Amino acid sequence: MTSAQIDVLLVAVVVAAACAIPGTFLVLRRMAMMSDAISHTVLLGIVLAFFVVADLGSPILIVGAALVGLLTVVLVEATSRTGLVREDTAIGLVFPALFSIAVILISSLAGDVHLDSDAVLLGEIAFAPFNRFAPFGVDLGPVAIWVMGAILLINLACTALFFKELKLATFDPALAAALGFSPALVHYGLMALVSITAVGAFDAVGSILVVALMVGPPAAAYLLTDHLPRMLGLSVLIGATSAAGGYWLARLLDANIAGAMATAVGIAFTLVLLLAPRRGLVAAARRRRRQRWTFARQMLLIHLATHEGTPTESDESHPDHMQRHMRWPADFSARVIQTATDRGLVVLEAEQLRLTPHGREAAKEAAVR
Amino acid sequence: MRIGLRTGGALAIQATDLTLAYQQQPVLWDVDLEVPQGVLMAIVGPNGAGKTTLLRAVLGLLKPAAGEVLVFGQPYADQRRRVAYVPQRGSVDWDFPTTALDIVTMGTYGGLGWVRRPGTSERTRAAAALAQVGMESYADRQISQLSGGQQQRIFLARALVQDADVYLMDEPFQGVDATTERAIVELLRALRADGKTVVAVHHDLQTVTEYFDEVTLLNVRRIAGGPVDRVFTEENLRLTYGGRVAGIGGRAVGNDLEPSS
Amino acid sequence: MIDVLSGLFVDHTLRTVALGSATLGIVSGALGAFAVLRRQALLGDAMSHAALPGVALAFLLTGSRAPLVLMLGAAIAGWLAAAAIVGVVRTSRVKVDSAMALTLSVFFGAGLVVLTFIQRQPAAGKAGLDKFLFGQAAAMLESDVITMVAVGAVGLFGLLALWKEFKLLSFDPDFAATLGMPTRRVDILLTSLLVIAIVVGLKTVGVVLMSAMVVAPGAAARQWTNRLGVMVTLSACFGAAAGVLGALLSTTAETSTGPTIVLVATGLVVVSLLFAPARGLVWVRMRAWRSRRMLALEAVIADLASLAAQHGSNATHPHDIGALNAVRGRAVVERALTELAADGLARQHDTGGWSLTPRGLAEADRLARSRRAPGVAR
Repeated sequence: MTSAQIDVLLVAVVVAAACAIPGTFLVLRRMAMMSDAISHTVLLGIVLAFFVVADLGSPILIVGAALVGLLTVVLVEATSRTGLVREDTAIGLVFPALFSIAVILISSLAGDVHLDSDAVLLGEIAFAPFNRFAPFGVDLGPVAIWVMGAILLINLACTALFFKELKLATFDPALAAALGFSPALVHYGLMALVSITAVGAFDAVGSILVVALMVGPPAAAYLLTDHLPRMLGLSVLIGATSAAGGYWLARLLDANIAGAMATAVGIAFTLVLLLAPRRGLVAAARRRRRQRWTFARQMLLIHLATHEGTPTESDESHPDHMQRHMRWPADFSARVIQTATDRGLVVLEAEQLRLTPHGREAAKEAAVR
Repeated sequence: MRIGLRTGGALAIQATDLTLAYQQQPVLWDVDLEVPQGVLMAIVGPNGAGKTTLLRAVLGLLKPAAGEVLVFGQPYADQRRRVAYVPQRGSVDWDFPTTALDIVTMGTYGGLGWVRRPGTSERTRAAAALAQVGMESYADRQISQLSGGQQQRIFLARALVQDADVYLMDEPFQGVDATTERAIVELLRALRADGKTVVAVHHDLQTVTEYFDEVTLLNVRRIAGGPVDRVFTEENLRLTYGGRVAGIGGRAVGNDLEPSS
Repeated sequence: MIDVLSGLFVDHTLRTVALGSATLGIVSGALGAFAVLRRQALLGDAMSHAALPGVALAFLLTGSRAPLVLMLGAAIAGWLAAAAIVGVVRTSRVKVDSAMALTLSVFFGAGLVVLTFIQRQPAAGKAGLDKFLFGQAAAMLESDVITMVAVGAVGLFGLLALWKEFKLLSFDPDFAATLGMPTRRVDILLTSLLVIAIVVGLKTVGVVLMSAMVVAPGAAARQWTNRLGVMVTLSACFGAAAGVLGALLSTTAETSTGPTIVLVATGLVVVSLLFAPARGLVWVRMRAWRSRRMLALEAVIADLASLAAQHGSNATHPHDIGALNAVRGRAVVERALTELAADGLARQHDTGGWSLTPRGLAEADRLARSRRAPGVAR
């Protein structure tokens, strides 16, 4: 690997880690689509700030972007609070409008400014190594690493400092309010983090990939754990791995790096969705097969228990009745009865299935859950 | 008379050994339900007892894991036109851009088949049903401008238009005003007088004996069922609500229910 | 603008652009209205972003830039995205917002990958695919317009044919199922119409902003009416207006077409939210202000009446209003008194004190009675 390639990889991993942290809370708060909205609208903040400072390298751009990110949230909330449109419609109205203004402003700017909407949407991480951070002539690596590193640190620090508040406001906003932590403050704080992360990241990877990195890794981690700190850690890990994998994929196919990284996030999520130890589709299918037997056995026991001592008992406890009544295939029915007999739950006497005392107890237990 | 029906005539609804599960988690275990023709039956039980689930299973909205449901002796799919459904009021979006009359007209859609639009005769029937629930002057009203009780009456009118033999209602008295409650009770009695059958999920234990002929007590399994005077006892209620019921004579108030007003 | 309008009749390109944008507006407006009602605004966003790999792959595989081929590719990709979202939500605990954001970005990323393959191709035919990001009305050809009209007509015909079914499904799917409607299949059909609405405008508006064209006309139309039929018709009109106006503006001002159309559509929404009769915010505020003022008036009348009652025989005897000011607030009382005086219901005496006139007393009496009468709406 050349040093430029290592730089790209480094930037990618840092971006992925920085995105995963606020993304985790977005996913848990069911606001993932806000990342899409904000990652589009921060462009307007950049453009407006650029009009003021006329310098694309100025940190003021990040401030402007963060402010417009917050403005997006405020506008969406104000629109849906009128009660005239629902929240999803409000998001679908606000962010395209702000983004459109940005695109039109950009196209009206002099053509020689290096800021065009395609680049913002798509990002070009391949150029990241050429923009060096070299104070006093000392080369300290690409600027992108320093910017994203700083944002990553801010995200880490805020999450660590306000972990309790974030957690409470996410899982029990009412309790948070009662305890005096304003859920609204936490909400806007989080949105500010999302905004600065989006603006920092999309210079490198483009706004659409920001969405993939903010939502994909946390969504995958959500299928792997119930523990918030672990989910944060796993999100960072999955994000970084996907970014590195995506870079490798891009080099293999000689394709757009940001696009390949988003694809890698998709692959990572699909793998987790299929293979997660407890919640994966494969595990779930296996569990369902197992449960089907348990469930069938319980159904048999409860059926026998319900009709024990009733006038129709002799009908209801005939082995053939089960097959008809439960709509079980013949061999399935036979196996259910067999396993129930093996476990000493029922006995077959004169074409009648009868509960053993043990089976009666099991039926009662199953019924009360 | 009712006893005669039970043994003689076909049952309006007969569910046998019904077991329902959401993702292998049983919600109803081996439940029997027998609804004779021409009665008003309440389905009563604590929250999470599976009352709505039972109703949805009868309507074929959920596929049972075991057991079967017969409507007048045949599967639901063949008897669709003889069954009307009143869902919980909260289950739909009342800001939908449409009028009261239009909602009631939806009750005629089942008879129209695909593509065909409702015409004058359908709208006339809908208007008549609106009048039956005392809402004729609200026909052109946007549905969000109606009170909760009025919305509930719209739903009832929609069921009336279906001109069915069995009416399944999910909490028809939930959150309605006193006027509407009286109107609904009178409507139920008129339906019974016409020989129709009504099964309603009901929450207010205070009014079960007053409003209904029959009751099914449900808590995952069927605890008891039959005529109200025989079945709606303190003992059965305790079995249903797990001893969390404070008995007051024949009446009972559950702790986890809405405060009965 | 006048030039543009007169140009419409002579300039072939302009006419093509106007026709195409009108078609796109009508189709996305009419079909999008249902998306707004069914809370699928963001699904539209996800599907339109996800259309990118479909367009790119269709070109890569067929080498054709025929509008129908690219639209078909976009439709399949958008449809797959919707299926992926539903699939993830149904089989896992991942919520719908995450599923949408993830699908949107992953599909879009995959689209970028495919685009890089196309860019490496020597074929000159690749030009124009990048326009699918933000759209370009000026690039619209007659063949585009013909395809848009044809595809859009299929969508609109479907909507009209199954109008009753779609309405019932959108309002009360459970009830629809009890009537025997195969709700799952009808749902898929209605979502497919949303896909049509999106692909029809992709080339003009672009994948990034097409979702706004699906949402905005419907959201604006909803404010003006309480009837579904009127709403869908209005939505189509709003869509057409935004499409034509935006496309012509962008052609004359040389801005990107998609953003211009979207801004016009957003303008329609803002006007509707503010000024639509009955629902418009301006009227709602005004009504609230008026009823607050009426309440203040009635309260002051009642206050004066009760002061008069304390005074016994001489009901029109002047009263000091210091106590009133303290309770109700000086500004409120003063404004109310001025109005009452103007209506001849109250008058100020030379001493500076106030009293009701005989007519004012009668009015106070009427108000008090109507307040006492139970159940009488005022």
